This record gives sequence, C-alpha cells and structure tokens, in this order.
Amino acid sequence: MLTIRGISKGFSGVQALQDVSFDVRGGSVHALCGENGAGKSTLLKVLSGVHRPDQGSLEIDGKRCDFRSAIDALDGGVAVIYQELNLIPDMSIAENVWLGHYSRKGPFVDFKELERKTRESLQKVGLDVHPSTKLGSLSLAQKQMVEIAKALTRNAKVIAFDEPTSSLSSREVDTLFGLIAELKSRGMAILYVSHRMDEVTHLCDACTVLRDGRHVETFATMDGVNAGTIVNRMVGRDLVAPRTEDEQEFGADVLSLNSITGPGLKEPISLSVRAGEIVGIFGLIGAGRTELLKAVYLGSEGEVGIEGQNIPRKGAASSIKSGLVLCPEDRKHEGIVPMMSVAENLNLSIRRTLAKFGIWLASNEERKNAEDFRDRLRIKTASLQTPISNLSGGNQQKVILARWLSERIRVVLLDEPTRGIDVGSKAEIYGIVRDLARKGIAVLFVSSELPEVLALSDRVFVMCEGRVTGSMKTSEATEAKLLALALPKGAGA
Amino acid sequence: MKLKQLLAQSGMILVFILVVIGSYIIAPQFMSKENMISLGLQVSSIGIVACTMLFCLAAGDFDLSVGSSFALGGMVGVLIGNATGSLFLGVIGAVAAGSVVGLVNGVVVAKFKINALITTLATMQIVRGLTNILGHGTPLTASKPGFDFLGNQSYFSLPLPILLMVMFFIAFGVLLNKTVFGRNTLAIGGNKDAALLAGIKVDRTKIAIFILSGMAASFAGVVAASRLIVASNNAGDKLELQAISACVLGGVSLSGGIGTMSGTVVGVLIMGIVENVMRLKSVDAFYQMVVTGAILLLAVLFDRLKLKILSSAS
Repeated sequence: MLTIRGISKGFSGVQALQDVSFDVRGGSVHALCGENGAGKSTLLKVLSGVHRPDQGSLEIDGKRCDFRSAIDALDGGVAVIYQELNLIPDMSIAENVWLGHYSRKGPFVDFKELERKTRESLQKVGLDVHPSTKLGSLSLAQKQMVEIAKALTRNAKVIAFDEPTSSLSSREVDTLFGLIAELKSRGMAILYVSHRMDEVTHLCDACTVLRDGRHVETFATMDGVNAGTIVNRMVGRDLVAPRTEDEQEFGADVLSLNSITGPGLKEPISLSVRAGEIVGIFGLIGAGRTELLKAVYLGSEGEVGIEGQNIPRKGAASSIKSGLVLCPEDRKHEGIVPMMSVAENLNLSIRRTLAKFGIWLASNEERKNAEDFRDRLRIKTASLQTPISNLSGGNQQKVILARWLSERIRVVLLDEPTRGIDVGSKAEIYGIVRDLARKGIAVLFVSSELPEVLALSDRVFVMCEGRVTGSMKTSEATEAKLLALALPKGAGA
Repeated sequence: MKLKQLLAQSGMILVFILVVIGSYIIAPQFMSKENMISLGLQVSSIGIVACTMLFCLAAGDFDLSVGSSFALGGMVGVLIGNATGSLFLGVIGAVAAGSVVGLVNGVVVAKFKINALITTLATMQIVRGLTNILGHGTPLTASKPGFDFLGNQSYFSLPLPILLMVMFFIAFGVLLNKTVFGRNTLAIGGNKDAALLAGIKVDRTKIAIFILSGMAASFAGVVAASRLIVASNNAGDKLELQAISACVLGGVSLSGGIGTMSGTVVGVLIMGIVENVMRLKSVDAFYQMVVTGAILLLAVLFDRLKLKILSSAS
C-alpha cells in the first residue's frame, strides 16, 4: 500500500534521515521503532507533507506522491495523528471534523447537514457524542477519535499514529486498539510509532527499526521477534569509547536533592552528586528530566542542599547566588538573546555582580570576562560585538556555558548540553564539563543520547514517565540496560 | 547585502536628514530660531513620554495609559498647586499619582501575566475617567501665582520644557546603555525565558518600567499644565499613539529587544517636524491626522522589513 523509497532529509548539516526504504502493507499495523533522534518524527513529517524529502519518494498503491503541504498529504490519502492533536478546542466536533470542507447552503454553513455527516463518521470510530459538543470538553482519548474520524472523512488510506497511547488510560488504550483493528480489517495501512515494546509486539504485524536516521531492519512478521530483539537493533551502534579514567575517589556530597516534586514529576525525587562527580540522567523525551532540573533551579516542593546546607528556593536569581546554575536545553528559546552581542549574552548573568553598586555597568570587567572565556573555551566569533545569532550552534552553546561558568558555582545543571551541535564542538564541550568536575564542581546533566551518557558520566540515573526507574555506576551500565529502564511500562530487554 | 543592512540599521537617520532638508525647501522659515523653539515646545511632551515608552517597547510591552496619566498628572498638579500654593508639591503629587498608575499596570502585567495591551487599555480609560471626576469634567485653571514656572521659565533663551526633555533624553539614554537595568530591559524583550533563567528578575524589572512610564507621563502632564496655566481633562489625547509612533519610527522593535535612545530622539523629531511644517504651510488639521497615521503605518512596515533583512543576513 505505502512504499517508502530511499528517503533522505537533512537539516542544516544534520542528516535526520538517510536512504530509508520499507513497505507498509494494506491491512496491517506496521510499527516504527527507534530512539530519540532516530528519525521517526522526521519520517512522519515527510509522510504528512510538512517536510519535503531531499531524496527519495513515497508511493501509495504504486502511484508516486509528491506532497508539498499537509493538505496535499491529506488529499493523497495519508493522515498523521500526532501526540499534539491539531484540533480547535473552542469549536464543535462537527466543525473540527469538517474544517475547511463545510457543507453549504448558498453562502451559509449548512449545520444540519454538517451534523448528519459528522454523526455518520463518529459512528465509524465508535464515538457516541453529539456532533455539536464543544471539542474542548472531550477527554484526550475522545479527541483522538475525532482526529481519526476526521482522517476517515478525507478517505485516508494510510494512517500514522505518533505515540497514541502515551497519555491514555488502559481502558482507553483497549478502545483505541479495537478501532485500529477495525481500520486494519478495512484494508488500511497503519503506521504505528511507539516506545512501548509490549504494544509493538502485541498489536503490530510488522516492524521497522530506525537508528541515527538510517533503516536498520524491517521485520515482515513479528513471529519470533520480541522486545529484546527490537531494543538490540535500536541501540546496536558503534560504541563511543567509555571513560578511560580509573574509578575515581569522589569527595563528600555537594548537591543533595531531597523529595523534589513538580509538574511532570510523578514521584518525589531524591539524589545526590559528590564533589568532582558527573552524574547523568538518561531518559526519553518527556520522561521528566528537564522538569526535574527546572524544579531544582526555579524552586519547588522539596529541599536542595549544597554542601550540607539547604539553600533558599526563590527562583533563578537566588539559586545562582547559592552557586547553583542551569544551562537550559532549548538554546534558541531559553538560552540566547538573539539580537544581542556575544559579549552581552555571555555577561547576562554575571553582569549584576560585576556592576558598580549593582547598578552601573562595569564595561571593562565585562570585556575582560568575555575575552577570558572566548580564549578559554575557544569560542569562534568574528568579534565579541557580533550578534550571537551569527555563531554556529556549538559556539553559541559555548557562550551560554561561559555565561554560567562566569558565576561562582558549586553545582552546574546541564540540560542536553550538546543538542544540535557538531561532533567537534561536542568533544570540546565534554572537555569543558570534565574540567569543571576536576575542579570539584558537582555536575548533573541530562541527555537523550546514550553514547553521551556513557562517555561523560560517572553515575547514571534513568527516568521514565516522571519517575526515577533506576541508577547505576557507568562502569556497570550498558546501552541496552539503560534503554530498558527508560522505555515505559513492561518493556525491557 | 551590506548596503541593505546599513540602510536597515541607520535608515531613519537618513530619513531624518532628508526630512530636515525637505522641510527647509518647502518652508524656509522652518529653520528660524523662533520656529526651532516652537518645534521644541511642541515635541516636549511626546519626547518625555517616548523615553519611557522606549523602555516599555524594548521589554516587549506597551503602555497605552500614558495619555491618561498625562492628563491626570496635570489635573493633580493644578489641584494641589491651587490648594497649597506650591508648584513643588503639585509636581510631587502628580508624579506620585502617575507612579500609582504605573504600579497597577506593572503588577497586572508582570505578576498576573495579563497582556500589556489589554491592561493598559483598561487603565487608560479608568485614569481618564478619574481625571474627569477630579476636574468635574472641565479644564481647571491654575489660580496661584508661580505655577507657570515649570512651563514658561527660560534658561540660555531655551524654555524649560525643552531643557527638561533634553535631560530626559540624556538620563534615559544613560539608563538604557550604562546600567544593568537598561541592558536587562533589552534582554527581557529579546528573550524573556533566557532572561529569567539567567537570574534576571523579570517581574520586578517590568514593574519598574511601568512605574517609570507612569511617572514620566504625569510629569510631562504637569509641565504642560504649567505652561498653559490650565489642566485640561482632555490633555494627552492620543499621546500614547504618538509616543509609540515616534519610538517605532526611531527603530524600536515592537516585538521587543531592539531599541536605541538616539533612534527614539530621531523618531520624536521626525514626527514633530512633519507636523510643524504642515502647520507652517497652514495645512488643515484633518490632513495632518492623515499624514501622521500614514507615517505610523510606514514605520511599522519598515520595522517588519528591517527584521527580515537583519535576520536573513545572519
């Protein structure tokens, strides 16, 4: 039914998909598995017309498709049901289902006809709600059904689901699976993206594994394929050399978290980091790792101790004063101030401390600080007055790191310190982080990349769905072990 | 590309020079000393208000209530002046009233996260209403001698309102460029989340900006009342729009993060000169409104174009 042929797609130097090919049969549920960054989302976006592939093509029933937009894809018979649904909460179900295709009577919308047609399509997905109900009042599972009904009205032949069960209760999951079976029996091709290995093995008829944007293997049948096999294919990459240094002696606890709670965290979390230690937190996107770091940094329930002293939890400024800093994950939205210069970005936080009486800018000290860090971290920039948006991702990240290193720090929290930057800068940033640890600073960092976690950390915590699911010394950790702990519910190697 | 960027960055200075030359050609009396002083007096209120409007815009906010605060300042100033006979107390009272308006704006915007446009649209009406209540819906004449000092005294043959405006330009220019407060303002407008994570007290900075805005507007209002020896309940009508227009003309970005004092001064002067020349040529006031509106529209288009050019260059 759906043939994916040699699809490649790159984003400014990063190859998200490389020569991916596989078939999805009509009347089957085909799983798509892979770690974060394996290319699943990019592939879905190619399917739904959001991205155009650099190379390769899609075929539906042997007919070549060239989707230039989401509307093209829908008209071509491909619907993608994302985790974040594309529905309008303040409009009725009927309006949502037929958005852009309203029935009309002259210049007016024919609401009667609209509701009649909607009732029909709601029946097909087994949703027993009046079509005039406001969408916002539905549960997430019901909204998903509406999205599916919408796809059916456009005569979709291929429906792709992106992690559809991630926020459903088990009863709702059963309903959804029933519906998927129904769609399958009607001969539709279902592409099913999930991290949940039990779902993949039970629900799906075939499975494709992606890794680092490449196609690893397609299992045409799930006979003899278990979760272990799939996880193996997901991680089986060239291993980055692990830490060569011997087991180190670490000092006393520098950072201790005691029962930290917050949005996105399902259980209070306690952990500690010793002087000179680098502790990694691994987990899939949405596991609550960023939320944990933000809770620690910005304030929440629970206690944060530095060298045995509980620190005040009154927001970023008070944390910085206590020697605790957070280098955020989303460089573009939470790190840089794009129109400001490299120097201004670098001095953004320390400025208050350098300033005379805390008011007047200390231009000389600021310049010296910026020059100092430019040389120490080898930040490549035409000048310190260049707008930071002109720098490469790696160099921007170094500027942001320098912002935090300017402060008198005892603990540094790093959220995805090397996301979206090139290999060379990655190695340099690892060096900087190790240097910090050698100076006795406690480092707690979050990463979605297994090799990074294994290469950089002394100890690893694994998080999944807002909970810590395990911890171990890095010397005892393997990629498969960590991934097994990071995958939700019942999955494992 | 280089030329385009240069034009985008300093385009308004060029426009300013062209406007001055053009004005001189159209109306030679434009360059006379008397007209320069009358131009200065004419823009003195907008100039003072534009200083703090620059900060609001740079932080990514608006303050639409400045026109009303301007009227309130004049009204409170004259009321206190008439009651006590002291211009000084009148000014203190006016500025205090303006700072209360600013405090309310700031707290609602920063702490309750209500859109600044809506917040200040509401306080604009509330304050205008309060001003009318205080003045019983009519202009109020200053009855005590000496109240006209602030508006009519001259030094070095320059009227005090012009000198005050220049002092505001300098003081707020220094505040923007030489203090942590000023740079933090731009950082907040440039990227609020980054600023917050960098330990900048975003809420407190925003509240301070709105308080300054209220104070500057009410101060300008009492200066104007002192000049006219009367506090008008309708004073400062559309002042907020004129101040925003002036800032945007001067290259201040409506989405925050970009803005300079020199640009704002140029913006204020361009607005003033265009009005001034039309007045010299006795153009009907209604045509003046059309032209002022057209200038604002062009300025916003220019702002958009500039961002596009600057971002495509990076």
